[in-house]
Amino acid sequence: MADYREYLEFMYGALGPLNKKNVELTETTDLVADIGLSSLEVMEFIEKIEDHFDISIPLNILPDVNTIGELAQKVQGLNP
Amino acid sequence: MLFDKFQEMADFQAELAGKHVKPFGAVTEELLTATTGMVQGKQVILAGTNNYLGLSYDQRCIEAAEAALKKWGTGTTGSRLANGSFAEHQALEAEMADFYGVDHAICFSTGYAATMGMTATLAGPGDVILLDGDSHSSIYSGVKLSGAEVIRFKHSDPDDLAKRLRRLGDRTGNTLIIAEGIYSMLGDVAPLQEIAAIKREYGGYLMIDEAHSMGVMGETGRGAAQAAGIEDDVDFFAGTFSKSLGGIGGFCTSRHPELEVIRFCIRAYIFTASSTPSVVASTREALRIIRAEPELRDKLWNNANRLYAGLENLGLTLGPQVSPVVAVQLADRSQAIDCWQALLNAGVYVNMVVPPATPSTNFLLRNSVSAAHTTEQIDQIIGAYAGLLDSGLLNPDQAA
Repeated sequence: MADYREYLEFMYGALGPLNKKNVELTETTDLVADIGLSSLEVMEFIEKIEDHFDISIPLNILPDVNTIGELAQKVQGLNP
Repeated sequence: MLFDKFQEMADFQAELAGKHVKPFGAVTEELLTATTGMVQGKQVILAGTNNYLGLSYDQRCIEAAEAALKKWGTGTTGSRLANGSFAEHQALEAEMADFYGVDHAICFSTGYAATMGMTATLAGPGDVILLDGDSHSSIYSGVKLSGAEVIRFKHSDPDDLAKRLRRLGDRTGNTLIIAEGIYSMLGDVAPLQEIAAIKREYGGYLMIDEAHSMGVMGETGRGAAQAAGIEDDVDFFAGTFSKSLGGIGGFCTSRHPELEVIRFCIRAYIFTASSTPSVVASTREALRIIRAEPELRDKLWNNANRLYAGLENLGLTLGPQVSPVVAVQLADRSQAIDCWQALLNAGVYVNMVVPPATPSTNFLLRNSVSAAHTTEQIDQIIGAYAGLLDSGLLNPDQAA
């Protein structure tokens, strides 16, 4: 089972091609406000995480997620 | 500010107004036939209506509605659970159940209420909903209200569905899988045989939304599940009366007797007024016609094949397969606006659809075919698209 840091590192890598503004990626980087992901790109990003870690991420968690760190925490919480 | 979130839409509407184009909420000023009307003062072929069998303007349905109007009045003034259950409603439910070869049916005031209400109610906290990523807005609204854990599977991707069911382990017994028959934007048909096989392997309950496929597909018109031969695997059929049946309302049918108890738990059924009896009567007549006149479906598919082939021959980028929904994919919003208005000027009304109502980032001109379209009308629609190419508004090379 992956830990918080592993999720974080994977997310930094997966966000690379989507990071068109080349903002610095940290735990506090906002997926929409800073990186500028569209709703479609958010879902594509989520699918990458799901496929890599062989998990399903419920849509229910997304309203509470703004930053990379928040998403990593939520995903870690799905797999205690 | 409360209204800030609407600014993007305000900008879009301003762009449309600047071009004097009104693709959303275009007014049909007069209806001439099932497939022709007056829009912006001009007689046009209606090719964006979902009136798949042309029954909204069928004289027999009109007469049934007129008789019910005189017998029952204009409305029920109440919910099905209060004073709003008339004999017409019960008769329609019995006929819908019989049509689907099951014992149970619920009728709703709209199709949106049917799919939203059923998805919001069937699964609850502790349950799981697995829905196709391209599901209709009403389904997304319903699953959000359900309190269940909501997981998307990739659109019409049986392998992705299987993967997600496997991940659920022993929770599949509490899982509702949701797919549609024909998807409304691109007209593609769900791979229901594969989805049903996966459900058999992993378990769960399966709901199919036949909104755009009921009356359109299957040996007796029950929809995509019937066409795929997997009806025994379907736990709940949902759909609408507003498309092939030409009225308004929605339904859910099921072989599960529990549907009769679920009826008393669906907020979208309990807390809204029931359908007006005249609409129910026209729907009953339209259902009778669907059952008695399968040749309507043959005419519909002949027209769909003709339109799809004609537009394909022009080099346009279309949805992946022939169906009564024929979607032309465009490069961007500006092109969609210009082409939509040019088609209207050429005497053809279609639907313009833009994200987020479309899958992915597609900009679409969505044509819906009717059995009531004449061959000449289908050819005129194709001719109008050819005119877009001739004028340079549309170029096959720049299409998505």
